[in-house]
Amino acid sequence: MEFITNPLSLLIILPAASGLALLAVPPGKEGALKGLALAAALLTFLVSLKLYAGFDPAQAAMQFQLDKPWLPSFGINYFLGIDGISLLMIMLTALLMPVAVLASFSYIKESRRAYYATLMFLEASMIGVFAALDLFVFYMFWEGMLIPMYFLIGIWGGPRRIYAALKFFIYTMAGSVLMLVAILWVVSAQHAATGAWTFSLPALYGGALTAQAQLWLFAAFALAFAVKVPLFPFHTWLPDAHVEAPTAGSVLLAGVLLKMGVYGYLRLAVPLFPDAARVFAPWLAGLGVVGIIYGSLVAWSQRDMKKMVAYSSVAHLGTVMLGIMAFEPAAVAGAVLQMVNHGLSTGALFLLVGVLYERRHTRMIDDYGGLAKVMPGFAAVFMIVTLSSVGMPGLNGFIGEALVLFGAFRVYPWLAGAAVAGVILSAVYMLGMYQQVIFGPLRHTENKVLPDLSAREWLYLAPILVFIVLIGVWPNPFLKRAMPAVNSYIALSRQQPAPTVPEVKFSLGGKEQE
Amino acid sequence: MEGNYYPLLKWILLAPLAGFAVNGLLGRKFLGERAGGILGALAILISFAFAALAFSDLLNLPVENRLLRNTLYTWISAGTFSVDAAFRFDPLSAVMALIVTGVSFLIHVYSIGYMKGDAGYNRYFAYLNLFVFFMLALVLADNPLVMFVGWEGVGLCSYLLIGFWYEDPEKASAGKKAFITNRVGDAGFLLGLMLMSALLAANGVFAMDFASLEKSAPLLTSVTVLGIGAPTLICLLLFFGATGKSAQFPLFVWLPDAMAGPTPVSALIHAATMVTAGVYMLARLHFLYELAPRALEVVMLTGCFTAFFAAVIAMLQKDIKKVLAYSTVSQLGYMFMAAGAGAFSASVFHLATHAFFKALLFLGAGSVIHGMSGEQDMFKMGGLKKEMPFTFLLIGAGWLAIAGVPGLSGFYSKDLILEKVFEHGGHFVWGAGVLTAAMTAFYTTRLFILTFLREKRGHGHAHESPLSMTLPMAVLGVLALAGGFLLKDRLFIFLEPLAAHGGEATHEAARLMMISVIAGLAGIAAAFLLTLPKTAAALKRAVPQLHDLVYHKFYVDEIYGFLIIRPLRFISDRVLFQLVDAGFIDGALVNGSANASYAAGKRLAKMQNGRLDIYALVFAIGVALMLYWVI
Repeated sequence: MEFITNPLSLLIILPAASGLALLAVPPGKEGALKGLALAAALLTFLVSLKLYAGFDPAQAAMQFQLDKPWLPSFGINYFLGIDGISLLMIMLTALLMPVAVLASFSYIKESRRAYYATLMFLEASMIGVFAALDLFVFYMFWEGMLIPMYFLIGIWGGPRRIYAALKFFIYTMAGSVLMLVAILWVVSAQHAATGAWTFSLPALYGGALTAQAQLWLFAAFALAFAVKVPLFPFHTWLPDAHVEAPTAGSVLLAGVLLKMGVYGYLRLAVPLFPDAARVFAPWLAGLGVVGIIYGSLVAWSQRDMKKMVAYSSVAHLGTVMLGIMAFEPAAVAGAVLQMVNHGLSTGALFLLVGVLYERRHTRMIDDYGGLAKVMPGFAAVFMIVTLSSVGMPGLNGFIGEALVLFGAFRVYPWLAGAAVAGVILSAVYMLGMYQQVIFGPLRHTENKVLPDLSAREWLYLAPILVFIVLIGVWPNPFLKRAMPAVNSYIALSRQQPAPTVPEVKFSLGGKEQE
Repeated sequence: MEGNYYPLLKWILLAPLAGFAVNGLLGRKFLGERAGGILGALAILISFAFAALAFSDLLNLPVENRLLRNTLYTWISAGTFSVDAAFRFDPLSAVMALIVTGVSFLIHVYSIGYMKGDAGYNRYFAYLNLFVFFMLALVLADNPLVMFVGWEGVGLCSYLLIGFWYEDPEKASAGKKAFITNRVGDAGFLLGLMLMSALLAANGVFAMDFASLEKSAPLLTSVTVLGIGAPTLICLLLFFGATGKSAQFPLFVWLPDAMAGPTPVSALIHAATMVTAGVYMLARLHFLYELAPRALEVVMLTGCFTAFFAAVIAMLQKDIKKVLAYSTVSQLGYMFMAAGAGAFSASVFHLATHAFFKALLFLGAGSVIHGMSGEQDMFKMGGLKKEMPFTFLLIGAGWLAIAGVPGLSGFYSKDLILEKVFEHGGHFVWGAGVLTAAMTAFYTTRLFILTFLREKRGHGHAHESPLSMTLPMAVLGVLALAGGFLLKDRLFIFLEPLAAHGGEATHEAARLMMISVIAGLAGIAAAFLLTLPKTAAALKRAVPQLHDLVYHKFYVDEIYGFLIIRPLRFISDRVLFQLVDAGFIDGALVNGSANASYAAGKRLAKMQNGRLDIYALVFAIGVALMLYWVI
């Protein structure tokens, strides 16, 4: 029963079960299918609200814990729990899912049943990643999430979907395999030291690893997560995946999936290997700053709107990496908030590109121009989202960016100083795109009859706009919930390992060492 | 916390914000033109009334306790970084708030007539209200972060209003140019704040409100960053932000292009209020700048150079608004000269008088453009004094005020600045300032002659503007004539009640004044002579290269395009995208490794050719290797 009464567990089971139920909808009943999919996504969002209401913002410990033995002989438990960071990520996921479903109603025309079921399975695995406190469960959800995403791009994607899907899959897998080896290593090292098998993250924190081992293990984890973030130079799968993915796929890819990489650093790589993290941190922060400048400059030359937004993600996530690698409360909190912000603003940007694509079947900037005349509502929403993305004060993007910059400047003045270039460059490419799409004369006759946003489109854009303004004006409810988690992340990154533990060379079958 | 709790303060800000929301959300569908315009102006009037109320309450306080505060809530709080959404009303904010709301109200009223019949009428008033909201946030902010909200917010509204007629790609581009140039400055501003906050945090000081900063700023004097004193570096970075917002060299290039916006916008944003934000910021942070004499030196020289440089360009412009735009750049240069000489109150004084006469001149220019059905080229005007008598008289008032005719507002403030600069020891700067004053008189007189005097050169009939436009101009006309005289002592006693205000006119001050008055009159006289078609043509023939250079604004835009924008474009597209991203990382590394493993797979597949002897050989080698490793 606890699997369902615990809201956290329910948040995984509900979408997964809904996905199965959707597969049972008889073919031909499109209305019922869409309605059910939306209902399931909304219900999941309601449950996440319950999670938010029941969350104690003052507490640093993991909340809503559920710990059930699964494979006891290996110490693997179905162990869930969240802190403020995972809470925000889960809320973001649950908010974006109904939006993604609504945005798919007219976009997706083939094998709808499988499509909506895939979306639900994706949601279950995404929430699972953010809720898992057992390394094995984490890895299962982490890899599990690849499959629905692979199908989303590969089946419902654009013309080069197979190439993009394969690239996405292999790129991520290559990183994940190293992580799997590292996970097994960590667990067996812990077993060697304590004599007990456990995959529980809290138990593994502050574990028995030498500095040398930490370096290798951190590198393995860091690589897996760097691909996902994506950190320069591991980003080239992202533009292809975004360009080919359907709108909902892009929204979730940018909104949630990329955050998993950062979340991996916050939850696994840094707390498990704090010494190594300290060694690598300036380099990772540096790569983040390179990503800010490089991503912005490359975004500037894109003619495909989705590609431009994809490269802008590289820049935004660079800011996030700079923040979390500074180990400074304001910077880390800013980075966490920026994860939410990026999910909202970039998610909204992909939705807006989708709105245009459904009308004109092109994403090329040059095919538009002067849309303010025929689509004033669209132009207004696009403006707000653009401003959110460039970090205009008063909107959400500024809060995250400013906290990261001010916080990181105390630790890495040169890096944070260089990151300020992103403030200028983001305005250059975003306003450049906005101007070419929205302003000027209506150059193409096809564009003269484009309808403005429909009621359904307003419906799924409105909640995002509300949060864009709300977080900009009153970010403290969100920061307050993240703060204890941020502080414990920083505390974990400072801990010293027990010095007297012998080095472990062997992994799973290491009986001869005892 | 010091200061008096004053909850009414927020209403100064909330009234324009509400006006923005109503006009922006409901305007086009429910309000329509008339109601929308009146509502927009009314919102500003309410704001002005609250500002006046706060001002009178401030005056009733003893001079050493003149500070009203309204902290709404904790805005951002994470770790040791905490910023309140808080506002303050002290003499400096009061002066600014009254100028901003007062001039804004007049310009809103003017706009009701000017924008009549425009398709984006309600959108216009929504943006204008939003601008006033951000401008007030800027001047009432109690800490630099809230100030930055206003700082960037006014830039946004400027962008939206410059590109208001977005269907014209040139206008839209001018908006973007303004926004991006401002952002370049803002990046400097942000860096300055980051540096200050980090250095103070290292000293255990986390409070960022202005009152606390004033107390903790001396801690910075002992710190050296990059070989220069921390206050100097911080002030220079912040000043770089000011050069963006207040259109000083090297970031002034956006302001002339900003004239693409509707003319009332040019009057309000690009003359009277937003562009003075940099001057205000320096006055607000005077305690920091006073710790950094070398930074002040840079401020003074930049102001002096910009004032001179822009005045030279203004002398040869044909477009009436461009003349006024370069004039604004030049006059802002005067304000920075004053600030650089440490005379912050004098800079605020000139800010106030300039707001009156420059807004008047812009509104007058708007009235002319309105009357001429959109014509902006002064060489197609001339002789308008008969057709537009009110506009003629009012522009005349603005002209005499800016030209420095004794007794009018521009005379007092400009003269005071020159006097302070001279006292400060900048004799060379003073000389450049006097020369600039002569040029100022020249180009404004030239503007006046070309538009209103002599024979008519254009075709068609010009008409006088409606009362809703001439009445606000008349109010500004009175202020432009008498404002300097009325404010000259009162303003200083209000701003610096504790400083000594000896009104004693020294012998030297009188001599300096004589020189600048003569310079102004010479400029006026020269304009009458040199604008005669014959002399103008002769002059042009005499120094063709110089004329060309000035006429093309010293090619600054072209130089920036060649040195900055084109190389960056090249790096972005050719180097980073095509070469590094698509070519090297994705092409060579990612797809390269994929192709390599595909090829390797094909080769390996050939090994499985069914020959058992080779299988056995490989097996044997493998076993041997394993044995070797185990043993």
